[in-house]
Amino acid sequence: MKIRNRRQRMAVLMAVSLFLLVLVTAAGWAFGETASATDFSRKNLAPCLSYPFGTDFMGRDMLLRTVAGLSSSIRLGILTAAVSAVIAFILGLAAAVLGKAADGVISGMIDLVMGIPHILLLILISYACGKGFWGVVVGISLTHWTSLARLIRGEVLQLKESNYVKIAARLGHGKLKVAFFHMTPHLLPQLVTGLVLMFPHAILHEASITFLGFGLPPEEPAIGIILSESMKYLVMGKWWLALFPGLLLAGVVLLFHFLGEGLLLLLDPENAHR
Amino acid sequence: MDNAKWIAGQLIRMMVLLVFVAAAVFLLLSISPVDPLTTNVGQTALGAMSPEQVEKLREYWGVGVPPLSRFAGWAKDVLRGDLGVSLLYRRPVAEVIGERFVNSVWLMAAAWLLSGAIGFLLGILAGRKRGGLADKLVTGYCLMTASTPAFWIAMVLLMVFAVWLKWLPIGLAVPIGTAAAEVSLGDRVIHMILPALALSLTGISNIALHTREKLAEVMESDYVLFARARGESEGSILLRHGLRNIALPALTLQFGSVSEIFGGSVLVEQVFSYPGLGQAAVTAGLGSDVPLLMGITVISAALVFGGNTAANILYGLIDPRMRKGRRKS
Repeated sequence: MKIRNRRQRMAVLMAVSLFLLVLVTAAGWAFGETASATDFSRKNLAPCLSYPFGTDFMGRDMLLRTVAGLSSSIRLGILTAAVSAVIAFILGLAAAVLGKAADGVISGMIDLVMGIPHILLLILISYACGKGFWGVVVGISLTHWTSLARLIRGEVLQLKESNYVKIAARLGHGKLKVAFFHMTPHLLPQLVTGLVLMFPHAILHEASITFLGFGLPPEEPAIGIILSESMKYLVMGKWWLALFPGLLLAGVVLLFHFLGEGLLLLLDPENAHR
Repeated sequence: MDNAKWIAGQLIRMMVLLVFVAAAVFLLLSISPVDPLTTNVGQTALGAMSPEQVEKLREYWGVGVPPLSRFAGWAKDVLRGDLGVSLLYRRPVAEVIGERFVNSVWLMAAAWLLSGAIGFLLGILAGRKRGGLADKLVTGYCLMTASTPAFWIAMVLLMVFAVWLKWLPIGLAVPIGTAAAEVSLGDRVIHMILPALALSLTGISNIALHTREKLAEVMESDYVLFARARGESEGSILLRHGLRNIALPALTLQFGSVSEIFGGSVLVEQVFSYPGLGQAAVTAGLGSDVPLLMGITVISAALVFGGNTAANILYGLIDPRMRKGRRKS
């Protein structure tokens, strides 16, 4: 097939991104066991042909560890971003539909969450949940919904003024019915794009909070753990422990970004002519 | 008079939000199942102690006091200017925060100014012509930094400039083993270069992308087309039509970015072992030092709200459209 326009190019790029992400996730899942296998006969090897990313102080293969870490990051990112998107959707819709008092409360909540620096809020929530895996999940789910909720609220406010919604209300449909049957289909593209564009943030914040020592336990293969471990060895010049995992993490985030941008381009009817 | 009233309203709103933040943070900290005794004293040490000793420790860390009365006590003390005593450092929280704040504030201010200025310039370069070479380079750079974690960039800088090239110190805010009085300004600046650089590099993308979008919009507008038709030079168009339109939103955005800069500083300070507020927050969180964590959160929220309120007020005072809107309502 010859690629003719931007939409088709984007679709190909998205397909490639999706394929790579699925590949990394599956590989990490499959090699999870071998990734944490230690072998003290191959400690601290610099990158070479059989270990392209080198090995660490316990003789673990860094390539496998990195892939396993990325895989768990992606799964965690999908879970938390989905929860966040649902929260954003419900609150955004509620703020715009339920009237002034509810709007005030929800806007206040948005201001509140945005007012505490993100990382600090993550630390607090993680502390409140007793640290560990669930601390990260709850923390990231509860902190990423704000901007999407704002977006959806604005969109709903506009929809409320449109004729078809007004007519539906005049015909005697209840508020809930109008919200779910008439507004939701209109909001879905926004929601899906918002969801995909939330992954990068979720994954980066997961890595950050784990890096600081609040997230997953140290045995777990996670990018944040790998990087915080490598801090001890940086001074000794073991650059490969930090360089490759970080690069790959950035790569995964970029792939998600491409997916989101692609969706934005394909779902927006105004771009149909490109 | 109108203006004064409006500003007062903004300030009151900020205070109310701060009270809510304090309450929310307290709620979060009090529902935590983390036992401060086990984290700091250790299971084995606790087992070896007599019940009276354990009871004393429990009292010191505030275990078993109902949260509501603790919050009331804390709030009363805060109103008198007392943030409590840090459990880890065994010094007043206000003192610890003050000391850390001095270190952090220079770092954050430097990063804030640098990222704002560079980001704005890059945004102008990119936005002058959408799809041009400069635009592609700048958006590419922004995409890259937006997808890399801030702490990893800090680590790469550390690897290149401190470990490999040995140009700059590896961490901390002052040279190891020197008395506080002997530390010169130069030492402090040298220790701040890498952290500030790491913070600014990541902070640029937001403001640059925003400025680019706005400027590109202006440059494609009808009035710029008309200005070109009148024979106005590109430079003058950029100055008179472009900058005047994009400067204010950029300023607002930059004031609103305090939260992100603070968040970044937490990570960057951790990488460079820089003794600032962010590092103290991490230590407090890991060590269950509730008073210190409370204090830092409230202070940082005050900083963020201060930034946002300053942006709102500036916008309201400078932008003629906002002034007019207020007069009407």
